[in-house]
Amino acid sequence: MTLVFAGTCSHAPGITGRADRADPTQRKTLLDNFERMRQAIKDSGAEALVVVAAEHFANFFMNNMPSYCIGMADYYEGPIEDEEWLAIKKTRIPGNSDLSERLIKTIMRDVDVAYAQEWKFDHGISVPLHFLTPDYDLDIIPVNINCQGPPLTPLNRAYEFGRALRKACDAVPEKIAIVGTGGISHWPCTPDSGKINEEFDREFLDHFIANDKDAMLAYSDEETYERGGQGGFEIRTFVAVAGACEGAKGELWCYEPIPIYAVGCTVATMEVA
Amino acid sequence: MSLYYVQKLIYELNRDPNAAKRFEEDMDGLLEEYDLTEEELVAIRKPDIGLLYVLGVNGQILMHYSALCKMPWDDYIQAMKDGIEEHGPVRAGLYARTGGGAV
Repeated sequence: MTLVFAGTCSHAPGITGRADRADPTQRKTLLDNFERMRQAIKDSGAEALVVVAAEHFANFFMNNMPSYCIGMADYYEGPIEDEEWLAIKKTRIPGNSDLSERLIKTIMRDVDVAYAQEWKFDHGISVPLHFLTPDYDLDIIPVNINCQGPPLTPLNRAYEFGRALRKACDAVPEKIAIVGTGGISHWPCTPDSGKINEEFDREFLDHFIANDKDAMLAYSDEETYERGGQGGFEIRTFVAVAGACEGAKGELWCYEPIPIYAVGCTVATMEVA
Repeated sequence: MSLYYVQKLIYELNRDPNAAKRFEEDMDGLLEEYDLTEEELVAIRKPDIGLLYVLGVNGQILMHYSALCKMPWDDYIQAMKDGIEEHGPVRAGLYARTGGGAV
């Protein structure tokens, strides 16, 4: 067993870019739990962090859109966004092409994945890393699930991808942490930014924490769009982590609906045993 | 497929500093390489974030572009509201207004 940590967290750009506009108590709860996750990853002895993300057109476009892609480079760059806007400095982030290649080869036995030897992070990865590896001293392996440009991979495939990822992690000697990062309900990048369906979020999180595969996979994209907005399609990252930890239970560390951050800010973990 | 090319242009500007530099120095030359309607060209040249939103540019692409344009957050949200007021509902894509925004 070389998967040593699994969790999920939010990545909304407002968390860093509009940091001080949130309710201070809610923000403190969120930051405390990001810090708790940072410490947990460190304590796990993880030698690499796989970030299962839902990137936002920093690398992939509708001219050639992979449903699943894994980075296979020795370094990455990011964020692409204006530094002042996101309040994160552009930097080079360490990768591990050799480890990536070994993971990819194993995953390919079960799921067709694309790979990328260059990758520019956007807020979808840069915001979590800002809190989880603030010194950029841990090898990052970026994974993307297309959650932005339909047609989107079905949820059952995201679950299977997670299972394949787990199998691959367990086949390498390195200790690996996985963090899935996405929003649950949110309507970002619209005039409705700040709208959050807490009832939908808590229902989904209950299913995630229970690792109730059937309940999670029962959401149709139509229902998610209706109840959770276009941002809700990012639940695929949670589903993949659940698949990676099939049979295990999770724990919700933080859920704070913060309108100025445009999402219910979530930090959760999943057992890896 | 014209909307596709508007989005592709903005995608390139967002991720590639060389494309953004060329947009500044040779906008006409760059725009000639994309299959764009007159309305799209007007929206791009201004840039008119509200009209681009109404045309159906994916919100994630448009949000990054507003950041590239150094547009403050509240102005960006207001530009989308103004765009709907002036040009009507979002014409394509996933990023239609649903109501209920809190900020």
